[in-house]
Amino acid sequence: MIDFGFGLSRSSSVKLDEVDLGLYHKLEALEPGVRVCMSCGSCTSTCTAGPWSGMSVRKLILNLQRGKDVEKMLSCCMLCGKCTMVCPRGINTRHLILSLCRIYGKKQ
Amino acid sequence: MEKIAIIGGGIAGMEAARRLLQLGHEPVIVEKSDHLGGHVAGWYKLFPDMMSARELVEQLAAGLDGVTVYYRTRVANMNRLGSGYSVMLSNGVNLQCGAVLISTGFRLFDASRKEEYGYGVYDHVVTNSDLEAWLGGAPDYRIPDNPASVAFVHCVGSRDLKAGNPQCSKVCCMTAIKQAIEMKEKFPQADIWCFYMDLRLFGKKYEDFYIAAQRDHGIHFVRGRVSEVSEDIDGRVVLKAEDTLAGTPVKLSADLLVLMSGMLCNEDTQSLARMVRADVDSDGFMRSRDNIYRINESNRPGIFFAGACTGTKTVPETVGEARAAALDIHNYLSGND
Repeated sequence: MIDFGFGLSRSSSVKLDEVDLGLYHKLEALEPGVRVCMSCGSCTSTCTAGPWSGMSVRKLILNLQRGKDVEKMLSCCMLCGKCTMVCPRGINTRHLILSLCRIYGKKQ
Repeated sequence: MEKIAIIGGGIAGMEAARRLLQLGHEPVIVEKSDHLGGHVAGWYKLFPDMMSARELVEQLAAGLDGVTVYYRTRVANMNRLGSGYSVMLSNGVNLQCGAVLISTGFRLFDASRKEEYGYGVYDHVVTNSDLEAWLGGAPDYRIPDNPASVAFVHCVGSRDLKAGNPQCSKVCCMTAIKQAIEMKEKFPQADIWCFYMDLRLFGKKYEDFYIAAQRDHGIHFVRGRVSEVSEDIDGRVVLKAEDTLAGTPVKLSADLLVLMSGMLCNEDTQSLARMVRADVDSDGFMRSRDNIYRINESNRPGIFFAGACTGTKTVPETVGEARAAALDIHNYLSGND
């Protein structure tokens, strides 16, 4: 590759119809509750790890729906389950995290 | 028995006429089109029970035996005469009425005014009203046979100061979700996208619809207003918006774009208001005596309102107001006010 001394910045625009939802669909099968998230942010505001690690279940779900990798964020969760207690839509967020771990094949 | 002029034969006018007839009065409906039922007559199904709109209109019409209806007729002039009103119609008929009910409803926002969405320019852009007519069986060449993706844009001409309409049209959030589900049921393989600013799901069972749309139908919701639409070489529509929850710009190619056109005040109503010096509100709709307890009453004696002429309304609100207006008129004419 020739170095021209300049580069192009990548577009941050997400093409919604081209994103790979494979991971999201796998999660849907294990934890269908993921579908009813309405992005209220209760989980994020109550998250014990959030303020220090950037952990946010809301963002995690949204990133999955936009085809992004969430493995890094997953490792910030301490599985305390507070987010499950506050979710107004009754999503079992703790099970959601564990299901994702299973999909990534890391934690059990 | 005193005549009551009911201006507008939509569901509000029909229900009020039916109730006034039951109370022993002589309602006369003045309708500008050639049919009763107004906007609802062109609708397919009504949320939240998915009741057939046609059935509702037929049900209301069944109660109108003995009511005079003038079709393709407008009010040419109207003025105070004694304790009532003299209403001159465009067909030459002159009605002497004890009271007048204004039930002129609303007008749908002309989506082509939002030029950035390409209504009337691109091949596959329709409005909520077009889609509803198509769902009801009317052919529409703009709707593809087997769309792989359908996008809905909420708040088209509503909550839009620049378009001159700061008000929320109230029903479009639910209509979009209802139509999204209907499209998903017709085309199970299609991806359905809703672009919204807020989801205002205030009514009974509305939130259930939202949850069902997410959980049972997998409809995608993106928070962000579509800023522009273009057409690609294959004739698909390309939408640009910001996913405001993620903070990233997004693009979507879709086979069909549905614009949720909002409700506006009817200019006809404003000219009626001028004839009898009834007040028009700052939003262009008619001004009720107050917006809590006397929604059906104008500032003029004997002039009453029902339905969307005073602001955006749902079908049940409109029908309920029509009943209230009938009782108000009955009390007014009996001197029980």
